[in-house]
Amino acid sequence: MSTLSRDEVARVAALARIDLTPAELDRLAGELDVIVESVARVSEVATPDVPATSHPLPLTNVFRADEPVAPLDRDEVLAQAPAARDGKFLVPQILGEE
Amino acid sequence: MTDLTRMTAAELADRLTARDVTSVEATQAHLDRIAVVEPAVHAYLHVAADEALATAADVDARRAAGEDLHALAGVPIAVKDVVVTRGLPTTAGSRILEGWVPPYDATLVERIKAAGLPILGKTNMDEFAMGSSTEHSGYGNTHNPWDLERIPGGSGGGSAAAVAAYEAPLAIGTDTGGSIRQPAAVTGTVGVKPTYGSVSRYGLIALASSLDQAGPCTRTVLDSALLHELIGGHDPRDSTSLTDPATGYVAAAREGASGDLTGVKVGVIRELQGEGYQPGVLARFEESLTALRGAGAEVVEVSCPSFAYALAAYYLILPAEASSNLAKFDGMRFGLRVEPSEGPVTAERVMAATRGQGFGDEVKRRVILGTYALSAGYYDAYYGSAQKVRTLIQRDFDAAFGAADVLVSPTAPTTAFKLGEKLDDPLAMYLNDVATIPANLAGIPGMSLPNGLSDDGLPVGFQILAPARADARLYRVGAALEALLETSWEGPLLGRAPELAGGAA
Amino acid sequence: MSTTTDVDLVDYDDAVARFDPVIGIEVHVELGTRTKMFDGAEQSFGEEPNTQITPTSLGLPGALPVVNGTAVEYAIRIGLALNCSIAQSCRFARKNYFYPDVPKNFQTSQYDEPIASEGFVDVELEDGTTFRVEIERAHMEEDAGKNTHVGGATGRIHGAEYSLVDYNRAGVPLVEIVTKPITGAGERAPEVARAYVQTLRDMFRALGVSEARMERGNVRADVNVSLRPTPADALGTRTETKNVNSFRSVERAVRYEISRQAAILDAGGTIVQETRHWHEDTGITTAGRVKSDAEDYRYFPEPDLVPIVPDRAWIEEIRAALPELPAARRRRLQGEWGYADAEMRDVVNAGAIELIEATVAAGASPAAARKWWMGELARTAKQQEVELADLPITPAQIGALQQLVDAGRINDKLARQVLEGVLAGEGDPEQVVVARGLEVVSDDGPLLEAIDAALAAQPDIAEKIRGGNLGPVGAIIGAVMKATRGQADAGRVRELVLERVSA
Repeated sequence: MSTLSRDEVARVAALARIDLTPAELDRLAGELDVIVESVARVSEVATPDVPATSHPLPLTNVFRADEPVAPLDRDEVLAQAPAARDGKFLVPQILGEE
Repeated sequence: MTDLTRMTAAELADRLTARDVTSVEATQAHLDRIAVVEPAVHAYLHVAADEALATAADVDARRAAGEDLHALAGVPIAVKDVVVTRGLPTTAGSRILEGWVPPYDATLVERIKAAGLPILGKTNMDEFAMGSSTEHSGYGNTHNPWDLERIPGGSGGGSAAAVAAYEAPLAIGTDTGGSIRQPAAVTGTVGVKPTYGSVSRYGLIALASSLDQAGPCTRTVLDSALLHELIGGHDPRDSTSLTDPATGYVAAAREGASGDLTGVKVGVIRELQGEGYQPGVLARFEESLTALRGAGAEVVEVSCPSFAYALAAYYLILPAEASSNLAKFDGMRFGLRVEPSEGPVTAERVMAATRGQGFGDEVKRRVILGTYALSAGYYDAYYGSAQKVRTLIQRDFDAAFGAADVLVSPTAPTTAFKLGEKLDDPLAMYLNDVATIPANLAGIPGMSLPNGLSDDGLPVGFQILAPARADARLYRVGAALEALLETSWEGPLLGRAPELAGGAA
Repeated sequence: MSTTTDVDLVDYDDAVARFDPVIGIEVHVELGTRTKMFDGAEQSFGEEPNTQITPTSLGLPGALPVVNGTAVEYAIRIGLALNCSIAQSCRFARKNYFYPDVPKNFQTSQYDEPIASEGFVDVELEDGTTFRVEIERAHMEEDAGKNTHVGGATGRIHGAEYSLVDYNRAGVPLVEIVTKPITGAGERAPEVARAYVQTLRDMFRALGVSEARMERGNVRADVNVSLRPTPADALGTRTETKNVNSFRSVERAVRYEISRQAAILDAGGTIVQETRHWHEDTGITTAGRVKSDAEDYRYFPEPDLVPIVPDRAWIEEIRAALPELPAARRRRLQGEWGYADAEMRDVVNAGAIELIEATVAAGASPAAARKWWMGELARTAKQQEVELADLPITPAQIGALQQLVDAGRINDKLARQVLEGVLAGEGDPEQVVVARGLEVVSDDGPLLEAIDAALAAQPDIAEKIRGGNLGPVGAIIGAVMKATRGQADAGRVRELVLERVSA
């Protein structure tokens, strides 16, 4: 099993949108490397004949009727937003937007 | 007058029903207790005194008017801060949610409010329920009432400590890998993780969706049964909610309290004892087995070989699901927003800065681990394999429950360790959950109840596991063991806890 | 945001002469359910921003999704109409990516287990030929919110620009339909692409699963285009042009990409696999921003939702209740109306099927209905540059008009004047007839007077007719019609003229 390099941790942290300081990166790389090595043991018994279990209890077909519920109060929700304007959430500029 | 905070919830409920005391009195007594011991314990992140007293007054008025009330109406309760409460701050122990006031209630909170239980406040926890010591809270440690230098367990250390320190007779916890049961064990209290789907997850800030389950934290088995019946049952807003009615737990607890377990087969899980378990923990476990035999139970040994891989599977499934569940904390719609210290202020960079500053170490560690496990090229080896281990663990449980009605083990390998002791060793910290995790992976119910003190004078927990949807068995066996042990101790274990500064006796 | 046009293009005919285009189309349709895919927030177009939100569609902490059963039924309808097999079991996955209009920072979508797969749809082209498009899959997912970019008015670099986000659309149910690579269309690839999207649009409407209004973004297409030297070669590298939202643009975008890629290949370059943006105004595509992590969506099964295992009896029930689809309906109507293939094709291309159907229902014969809509009215629409359906006249009015003709109360010439009156907003045909005094003169008295006058005015013609030469009788009829300002029934006039001369 591959080990987790500092560069790899930096790549994954970027994918997870988490800024890390260089010190954090150093520490996490060391810790995660040990953890990954430990958890990688799962592949020892995960043979092809074993089916995966994604839900602990096997339910199927849970549907909702197509009936409206009361919406949230917009003012209450926007009051909790970091920034809002004109009834909308104000967010910093989005790169790549037209 | 008797100290209302020392009563069990069932006793308090009876006194309220008999109108011997009012809910305002009971609530105020707990608020007073909170004021006295919180500086030392720090179980609460937010105390909602005014709201709690208002609810209490309302319940008292309705009772006076002859209204038919829920059995627990007027009994105060504490709620873990991972559960959203309309109008009360909800942070999940994270700085990234500091000051957030949810615009809606979790289903279980709706039920608590509808039944008229005053909510005393929100309890401390490891950030987003990631941890086994509550040291990963963004708002400071909670201290174990048995020894303030020690951890109260985690992630629900606040709920367990609040109950243990008589700051609430009832509390809500959530259990993803042991976060109800392990804190119960190290604080000498009772905690139940119901069958997955027994209690609605709607309004629980998700850690790992396929593992999370809310449940009761109390001082007695009967109180847990009462609270489980209140918060359990089908919820159409949670697709994984079971349609089974949440009934029969109280009856099972009352039946078990007779102390008779004739015909009950108890399976001891071979893999959850021995190496790594503190001698005092193992000694109490053996004594409890003797007590069960004495009550007429047949004790057999069962083997669950795949449990050796449970911890590894858990620390892949949990981080993977958490990495996705926690993606919404990005500073765009609610909570903290942090601008990068330099460079352009774009949405992407603000998200990263917000998460970099708002998340604590353990959250960063697990979110990055989970992101990595799901990342292209690794899915099959990690997440896919972990899901297969889950199947193997379910098969082990199926076989074991073919040989026994309930399975038992120590809840945690050790008693409460010192604050800071394992903070720098994540893997050692993870080992605390080795006995509790299998139940979450399989979705089955589990209970921890106190079964004595270890050689260090700290409480030890006894874990009972039952097949999915057979939660009632926990209450029957748990109540029986509780009755037998309390008889031998001549009172509840918590009675042996040291008094906290200013505590009344 | 480059919209430069200084890109080398190969003339389209040259491009398709040298390369074999292969296209693939992904169509997203917003389902017309009352509520969203995973929660009870109402969805309707044009509401105030952020008024159609619940904890779930806003992605608030603690909120959970529950599948809208009606959306599943609609997805199955679409799958069946596309001749797909419906999955025995399928589930949702999370597609993880950070973007402000995606409230949870993941989209709940079907990934490796779509509800419908392996189907086809026959697409009719303008010349009446049919082209079969193979369907890879149709799956369910949720829409994102909408960002409005606000430029910096103050001119400051930092903090001057921002976006405003409205989450009303977040969580609206979508079905995405993905074709297999469409080969063999050759130079007609752009037309096939357009006809395919149009066929789906018509199908969505017929199925009642969506209003399918292109201008509202109910139906959106992503078009993949690649070129290869000959049909025998392996598929070339493709580009994906996103969000092409009108039939005409679909055709133009494919055409543009074929010319653009041909130029690159001709120059010895290679095509970069990338996402491109379509620019409606300039009719070109430009490269999208390349994101390093764009492809790493970290899909995994959505743990908050349980698998969907559609009951076979339910599927058959849905199949039995499927409405007649547009192609089958066209075949049926053509038979009922007795139109020739070419006639039917013109009707289809003119978008006149519904109009003719309603006109026939209003009492006109199919031939008469076609004559009006494809003749006089088609000319008018063309002159005014509007769609037939947008003319200010209803099928019911055309039916009434034709009934006036059939009853002999007006003749064809008068009918055209009545039509003109109706189009001018003068009311129903009956009202126009009365107001303009256009009814045919049915009383013989005034006609006989006019005939006598005409015969007297042209004695030599009268003589010829009396002599048995009926050739010039038209001249007399013409004079009578002129004298009665067209309001006479020409047949009756002829009868009366013959009576008069033989008397």
